[in-house]
Amino acid sequence: MPEGLFGLNPWLDGLIRLLMIVGLMTITAMGLIYIERKVLGRFHARVGPQRTGPFGLLQSLADALKLIGKEDLRPRNADPWTFEFGPYMVFVPIFLGFVVQPFMAGFSVRVLDLGIMYFVAVSSLSIIGWVMAGWGSDNRYAMIGGMRAAAQAISYELPFVLSLLSVSMLTGTLNINEIVLSQWQVPNIVWQPLAFLIFFIAALAELNRPPFDIPIGESEVVGGPFVEYSGIRWSMFFLGEYASLFIMSVLISALFLGGYEWPFGTQLGIGFQFLLTVVKAAMIIFLIIWVRASVPRLRIDQLMGYAWKILLPLSLLQVLVNGFVLVYDLPRIVLTIAGIGGVILLVSLTERAIRLPRVTHQSSLVTQSEAAS
Amino acid sequence: MGPAETLFSNYIPVLLASIVGFVLVLSALIGSRLLAPFSQEREKSTTYECGMLPIRRASTNVGMRFYLYAILFVIFDVEAVFIFPWAVSFMNLGAQAYWLMVAFIAILTLGLAYAWKKGALQWR
Repeated sequence: MPEGLFGLNPWLDGLIRLLMIVGLMTITAMGLIYIERKVLGRFHARVGPQRTGPFGLLQSLADALKLIGKEDLRPRNADPWTFEFGPYMVFVPIFLGFVVQPFMAGFSVRVLDLGIMYFVAVSSLSIIGWVMAGWGSDNRYAMIGGMRAAAQAISYELPFVLSLLSVSMLTGTLNINEIVLSQWQVPNIVWQPLAFLIFFIAALAELNRPPFDIPIGESEVVGGPFVEYSGIRWSMFFLGEYASLFIMSVLISALFLGGYEWPFGTQLGIGFQFLLTVVKAAMIIFLIIWVRASVPRLRIDQLMGYAWKILLPLSLLQVLVNGFVLVYDLPRIVLTIAGIGGVILLVSLTERAIRLPRVTHQSSLVTQSEAAS
Repeated sequence: MGPAETLFSNYIPVLLASIVGFVLVLSALIGSRLLAPFSQEREKSTTYECGMLPIRRASTNVGMRFYLYAILFVIFDVEAVFIFPWAVSFMNLGAQAYWLMVAFIAILTLGLAYAWKKGALQWR
């Protein structure tokens, strides 16, 4: 890593890169909102936005203008400090996540040796903002939404971290750039299909995307922690959501799909690397939107049970299998076979889990008394 | 530069990013404050619930089950933190380190199985 791309001191260099990221993030987030609405429209056999500008391209811009010009309300009962600082606490950690994103060989804001650990530490911070927003609003919907968001985030944090770790075990490093560069022959998804699937599911949950959007479920808690927010403060949450969608898709493509390196990234130069990153991230984003269009929202008992009873044991198993294969120097194809077996197991367990009836308090008491008698 | 200075300069962008992110939100809020209308109407600032004024604060009752998951999370997150350095260096430490980690994970998995058996993982 050169000390400064622009031949400047680290402060100025970092600032210039971050300002480029700000531009990139704003444009991408607005583009993503448009693309999501358009793609979802197609999934629903509608046309999506089409009135503002050619093909509705200016829709996000119009939305942003409307949101800036909208009155910014604060309920009388709300706790001023937590309510006002909720958006900061959600947005700033998401923005911090951009520091380690590998877009091209020469361009990430900074290559950190502890990149993965840094990302995990920073990305889970924004849940504090969700809880602050929920608690500070003094609204029961918001409170329930905030607590649900916290429960979901901490549950899916574990499979998220463990599947990240199984990737870094293959490479022996936590540096995201080195992980990308180590995939110059074969992307990691070939060796780690199970970790990829677990990471994808856990990332959906960390992003609070459907089908894991019970914290903001409109039909239950009418928007969750964001019930009382309006205008620009609400749009900060929205911007953060799409920025983190972008971050997560770039990260998945970097860790599992070979990022800017595979295939032929180094040989064909910077432009091709950027193209690779964009295409892979776009594929992941399309997949996420597809999941949103196809899968109904989970119930909360299904959601928590899925993280603790299925994803966590399987990701622990993945770590152990990785360690065994690598320590005893078995051929790597064993990892692929084990991974495919794990994927089949995960899919069949999921299939079984979604058919289980809901355990209510009464029915569990009944089964306990039956077990006792 | 020494190792300490390199470490510090690596994390300068992190400090900068937190400042830039903060300023970004702040400037958006200020922009909105300048552009958006603002009225002092009283009814507008009531809580959005069912139409009646809510009784008591909302933030008093939090379900017990959230704390149960929080405790479980702390246990397993500490486990993940222990696995971090191991995952990077276990190739140099050999088979013994691997089997030690197997024992460690097995003990924690026993804990998970116990919680499962007790019904702590079941959302009611």
